[in-house]
Amino acid sequence: MKKERKLDTPLTEKVRRSLRAGDRVLISGTIYTARDMAHKRLVETINEKGKLPFDLRDQIIYYTGPTPAREGEIIGSCGPTTSVRMDKYTPILLEAGLGGVIGKGQRGSDVISALRKSKSVYFAAIGGAGALLSTKVKNAKLVAYEDLGCEAIRQLKVLDFPVIVAVDTYSRSIYKR
Amino acid sequence: MLVIVVIRIKDKVIRIKVKTITEAVAKLCIKANYELPKDVIGKIKEAKDKEKSELGKYCFGQIMRNLRIAKLKKIPICQDTGMVIIFVEIGQNVHITGGRLTDAINKGVKIGYKKGYLRSSIVDDPIFARKNTGDNTPAVIHTSIVSGSKIKITVVPKGFGSENMSRLRVLKPTDGAEGVEKLVVDTVKQAGANPCPPIIVGVGIGGTIEKAAMLSKQALIRSLNTHNPDAKIAELEKRILIKINKLGIGPQGFGGSITALSINIETYPTHIAGLPVAVNIGCYVSRHASVIL
Repeated sequence: MKKERKLDTPLTEKVRRSLRAGDRVLISGTIYTARDMAHKRLVETINEKGKLPFDLRDQIIYYTGPTPAREGEIIGSCGPTTSVRMDKYTPILLEAGLGGVIGKGQRGSDVISALRKSKSVYFAAIGGAGALLSTKVKNAKLVAYEDLGCEAIRQLKVLDFPVIVAVDTYSRSIYKR
Repeated sequence: MLVIVVIRIKDKVIRIKVKTITEAVAKLCIKANYELPKDVIGKIKEAKDKEKSELGKYCFGQIMRNLRIAKLKKIPICQDTGMVIIFVEIGQNVHITGGRLTDAINKGVKIGYKKGYLRSSIVDDPIFARKNTGDNTPAVIHTSIVSGSKIKITVVPKGFGSENMSRLRVLKPTDGAEGVEKLVVDTVKQAGANPCPPIIVGVGIGGTIEKAAMLSKQALIRSLNTHNPDAKIAELEKRILIKINKLGIGPQGFGGSITALSINIETYPTHIAGLPVAVNIGCYVSRHASVIL
């Protein structure tokens, strides 16, 4: 198997285009957590032409709702949640400049073509590996929507966060249908 | 007239305090979320050796590492610490004292989820407000009265990545084993990568719709080292497992030889006019823990 490739965020278009479905990647830098409710709010803000809580350009959103951190720990268990639930919002965020997303499971055809159009990448993390993935998070900071609890948007600093390119910028997918 | 009342010793009423139940539930919630049952770990290891695809092998490596870290660091295996399903089998000679059983169980969930740093994932109103209850209550509680003088409590934190992919259909009586097989395989195929394969499939067949659903959940937590005692059903379990693994979905849906670790079927008599079948999908993080009080 090919060696893992190390990447730093933000992910430039050039880097994104060099990725291929099936590549193993270790991501370092900043990523943002968001799941169902946060997506709904982000898209509402875009539709109302409001100010987003963070600049989406070339950034990565990670679909996760972590468990509470123990005292002295940075974060709790933080594996990916099922991506398909975010499908109706993802194309809008990609159009607004988002460079990539991390989740698990198949995406709909609208997302796959939106990824191609915006030259962005869908990564898959290993579902159920929340304890392992928590060790890759070096800092966590609340960014927005505190009222959503575990679903709030957090900025994570990650080091060698392991993912697999699930859908690349050429609409190639790792998932069989 | 002389009336002689004979109380057989084995029918003597045993008192169990609700506090004991609360404490047991709290402990089980934590234990179940940090550590998988031995039969599940055994099946994962077995599957790891059988998996042929490179990415599949990589997944199994990460899965095993994750289980070790969770146990060692006392951190939940998966961030979706689930909706809690609780089976309470109450011996008919037991008298529960000091409060309501339901309250005692929910209090246990609340304490366990707080003390164990587990995620609160329950919303109060399923349709409109969907406000988080903040303590992962209420649990889904199934009580049954059994013989004896003890209480058995089984705590099952169920993640919704897999619960979302489950299905219930009432087939025609003449659809038979073939119909069941087709429904189960189709459900798994449709679910694809979403329920975090390798999965465990619990199938409940017969009864009414709610009986079939209940059986499917019970099937899901039956030991993975067992088959249904009925030889024909055991055969069906084996046959469907082979078919599912031939789908090639593989670990995490990345393609591979192992899509499911096990398929467990439980049955019940049913009506002449129907054949209810419930397919409950569980991910490989199949959490459950029991205690006998």
